[in-house]
Amino acid sequence: MSIKVSGVTKKFGDFVALDDISVDLPKGQLTALLGPSGGGKSTLLRIIAGLEDADSGTVTIEGNEATHLPPQKRNVGFVFQHYAAFKHMSVAKNVAFGLEIRKRPKAETEKRVAELLELVHLSQFSHRLPAQLSGGQRQRMALARALAVEPTVLLLDEPFGALDAKVRKELRDWLRRLHDEVHVTTVFVTHDQEEALEVADEIVVINDGRIEQVGTPDQLYDEPASEFVMSFLGPVTKLNGRLVRPHDIDVHTTPEDSLGKAGKIVRLLRVGFEVRLTVELEEADHPDVEVTVTRATQRHLNLEEGLRIWVSPTNGARTQSPIRAVN
Amino acid sequence: MASVGIATTPGTPHQRRTRSRRSLTPGSGLALGISVVWLSLLVLIPLTAVLLSAADLGLKGFWDVVTQPQTLAALRLTVLESIAVTLLNVVMGTMLAWVLVRDRFPGKRLLDLFIDVPFALPTIVAGLVLLTLYGPKSPLGMHANNTRWAVFLALAFVTLPFVVRTAQPVLESLERDVEEAAASLGAGRLTTFRRVILPSLVPAIAAGAALAFARAISEYGSLVLLSGNLPYRTEVASVRIYGFNQDGNRASASAIAAILLIVALLVIVALDILQRRLARRGD
Repeated sequence: MSIKVSGVTKKFGDFVALDDISVDLPKGQLTALLGPSGGGKSTLLRIIAGLEDADSGTVTIEGNEATHLPPQKRNVGFVFQHYAAFKHMSVAKNVAFGLEIRKRPKAETEKRVAELLELVHLSQFSHRLPAQLSGGQRQRMALARALAVEPTVLLLDEPFGALDAKVRKELRDWLRRLHDEVHVTTVFVTHDQEEALEVADEIVVINDGRIEQVGTPDQLYDEPASEFVMSFLGPVTKLNGRLVRPHDIDVHTTPEDSLGKAGKIVRLLRVGFEVRLTVELEEADHPDVEVTVTRATQRHLNLEEGLRIWVSPTNGARTQSPIRAVN
Repeated sequence: MASVGIATTPGTPHQRRTRSRRSLTPGSGLALGISVVWLSLLVLIPLTAVLLSAADLGLKGFWDVVTQPQTLAALRLTVLESIAVTLLNVVMGTMLAWVLVRDRFPGKRLLDLFIDVPFALPTIVAGLVLLTLYGPKSPLGMHANNTRWAVFLALAFVTLPFVVRTAQPVLESLERDVEEAAASLGAGRLTTFRRVILPSLVPAIAAGAALAFARAISEYGSLVLLSGNLPYRTEVASVRIYGFNQDGNRASASAIAAILLIVALLVIVALDILQRRLARRGD
């Protein structure tokens, strides 16, 4: 295990940010800390980096006890949401900072900076000031700066949170590819489940200062350990008293079997290739069911508002009893 | 990825000029005119008058006035004490600003309020306060009257707020994550301050220093009571100007005034260049 967190608790006044958290983050992997804002995931990352002290518990990095080490001694690379660029230094100077602190020979520093700028595609901007770069470029500069010191672990705190949707998506793919190239143990914090599912090898879901579940993206999506995990990782709706994903519901225009529940389409919304239906069931007191079908299915079945249909969970669909699972 | 964020080239000077010409509406043209007239009436015309008045002496007469031993002594004292006080302010002002922004302690708001007192106080009142505290009847037993310390004290008192008030907002706007980034890259507190914080502060400190220096070389009211205005010893340039004027020698007074004006301009320009250089250098 590259990073081992045991029994970490952190309070800010009365607010419990982390409540006795223990988690092992594997070496060489890309791990996402996923959860809603204020859930404690950034605090955990900052404790691993030494930017915040835990009230109790321990942190070891690659087998070295790090709980009481200052950030300077932990050899972690940290990337901040708002870039934290050294505004008065050129891009090259920013990247060279950590190496200059370590008093590396000048020629070596220059060579390494050139390599890193090449890696993050900023070679032609090396003499610019950060203010002359776009947000995405600034974040790539920050990444190169963090990688320059060859950190044991790379920590990223909502790294794409300040960027617009398109750039965020590009940088996300790029981070994945970069990680496949560099192989440094990487942990990033995000509240965007799509980002976590798309990029991470492993996801740690954190909510209310506790770990809800740890697993691969597929495990989390297919076998959520709790209602929270299931609903945080994607849309859910309730059918027959169980949680189910809207795309895991079959729609029929005839009562094919006794399992299907009859209802009426009260709302139909098309978003691109996806068609979202709101179905009012005939069964009294059953809440409306949200169903997602493809455009092709909609056309094939002639689905439209007011139509009577039968809905049932798709065979093999993952459902979750809406009682919080105890782990 | 190479396609991300293609750098936009800044507008060429030509484009910028046309844009500003278009934005110069009749209303702002009027405001510009009034501003120029106002500035001329208040600043440019009087300054020119002083220079013209000094020019009455002719080059030789001008030279004779400013090289008079008593005048030279006053000018030297003024400039040296002003430089010393400015340097003091650079250190103390930065420290005060730091404490006011970064530390939490009871009475912080009050201290913050007091910073402006020396600036707000009429200078002659400041002079009176200093005379009471450090004069012949000092309750502290510290007698600075009729010494050069009197000049230094008075100048330090009246120039206190400048560096504090220019550095403070810049310190407040500095993001903490920049310091955290430096720390995680291995920089100790001192290195972080020297290489990351100070460069961002330098322009503000230089601006404050320029103001403090300009104020110091022109100071009169706060030091006139305590310094004793002894020729060759504690007489400053502004007192010398006053003396010449009292003797009816307006041209000589103007000559010294012109020298002060030139020194002030030189220092302001020098600090401006320094601030631009340091702000750009990067370490």
